[in-house]
Amino acid sequence: MIYKSLEKLMEDLKIHDGLHLSFHHHLRNGDKVLNLIMEDLIAKNIKDLHLYPSGIFPVHTSMVNALKKGLIKSITTNYLNGPLSDALNQYPMEGQLTMQTHGGRARAIIEGDNQIDIAFIAVSSCDQAGNASGLYGKTACGALGYAIEDAIHAKRTVIVCDTLLDTVNNPQIEGQFVDDVLLIDSIGNASGIVSGTLAITKDPLGLKVAREAMRFLIASQFIKNNVSYQSGAGGVSLAITKMFNEYLESHHLKASFYTGGITRYHVDALEKGLVQSLYDVQCFDMEAIRSLKENPDHHFMSASDYANPNNPDRKIKALDIVILGATEIDLDFNVNVTTDSKGLIIGGSGGHSDTAEDAKLSIIVSPLLKGRMPLICKRVTTITTPGKHIDVLITERGIAINPMRKDLLELFNDSALNIMPIETLMKKAHDLSGVPKPLKKSSQSLGIVEDRHGQTSDILYRKE
Amino acid sequence: MKTISVGTLESSDCLITLKSAQTLSIDIDSVVHEAFYDHIKAVVEKTLAQYNIEKIQVIVQDKGALDYTIIARLKSAIERWREAHG
Repeated sequence: MIYKSLEKLMEDLKIHDGLHLSFHHHLRNGDKVLNLIMEDLIAKNIKDLHLYPSGIFPVHTSMVNALKKGLIKSITTNYLNGPLSDALNQYPMEGQLTMQTHGGRARAIIEGDNQIDIAFIAVSSCDQAGNASGLYGKTACGALGYAIEDAIHAKRTVIVCDTLLDTVNNPQIEGQFVDDVLLIDSIGNASGIVSGTLAITKDPLGLKVAREAMRFLIASQFIKNNVSYQSGAGGVSLAITKMFNEYLESHHLKASFYTGGITRYHVDALEKGLVQSLYDVQCFDMEAIRSLKENPDHHFMSASDYANPNNPDRKIKALDIVILGATEIDLDFNVNVTTDSKGLIIGGSGGHSDTAEDAKLSIIVSPLLKGRMPLICKRVTTITTPGKHIDVLITERGIAINPMRKDLLELFNDSALNIMPIETLMKKAHDLSGVPKPLKKSSQSLGIVEDRHGQTSDILYRKE
Repeated sequence: MKTISVGTLESSDCLITLKSAQTLSIDIDSVVHEAFYDHIKAVVEKTLAQYNIEKIQVIVQDKGALDYTIIARLKSAIERWREAHG
């Protein structure tokens, strides 16, 4: 059924206390749909809500309002950034916050750990039959990978759309899974959705890190025909992706596939014939959206196709190299990208721990100091990705190999690269910054970090 | 008396302001307050001790600067203070 009135839709959905509701984050900081629904729930004073947004951004202030009014019982998400993080410290929920991974969320929805009553799925184009795609319409955001399991497995699936087409070709979400369509004027602000200016870092330290990473990759002998590769969209990662492409080109090599969030640097490799295929769970810029429409070897994938640990065909199972960031890393190579050193939530795994676990070579790239804070500490504030899945740390002042990777240690035994134990690298940082005073941990828990198999990897604490 | 400010509020820098006062006081506002307040205060005190200045208020607005940055900013501020106040 197609609705033009939110009021009528909510009436027909028989909204009531205690519902489990899901949203996706493909509109990122331009999303209007989560706020639209939440404000309506607040106005109706609907309580005991269990919310499953795949990611939470600063724009999602309605969740802060709902939290203040005590309407939210639990939140399960993969990424949290913005004012909600402070609010969670001030206004405790009856239930808890669960930080999942992209692959773990897909698994949890398919296997019933996350039971969703209603999925509200923002989509930029759909047809009368509910076939929907993020590729068309005025607020196109590209691949909707993180919404697919919600659409298929929620008890009721509502598409929230601002462009109705006669037909949608190759829909990302098939009409058979869709119960209702709500047409609204605008699902998001384009400027907050995709960045037109994702750029390679200009910071000399960041570029040094990227060059060191590339030297390490070359020496590791991982870069050969049919290599597979993933990197994020951060400035250092993009620099490495560009250098990686240039290396393939100058050595007449061809990669088999790139996975993950896709940018124009990934598209560039595809269009130059440097990589056979792109597998795209979300588009980070306009070039990625264009390419997903035009290039037959640029494939859309769902979060489960991407990273669900119980999906034997997940793409990252065959991944050779992944380049990842870190807020903190400790002497056991545990990585934190969930909280800052004060314990405030500033992000979350996303695909971090999924890819680190699967890839044959998991590399952390980061400057050794962030402002004055040393990257390396004795024990990370929060374990997002356990150290056993991290192989190498690369900074501008040295490289540390995880002692568990005896093969790599042996391979780099006589290397001219600046390789040293991680303890030595931490000492180098402390020589510059001083030794930071350890912070008191609160004893009150706020929630948990879950690995992709559903096991608790760490506890999140309320800030004092 | 003239107030002197040296530095910026860019990441990894600090802004140091000197003001006239009856006694010596040091106010530090740092993004790494919890981890490095004592350390930064010691650096400021040690640098001040090299000059014979006692009646002054030192305000440090720190955005994660390393010691050499803090020392350089503070020394510049003190030199300018002396120029301005004879």
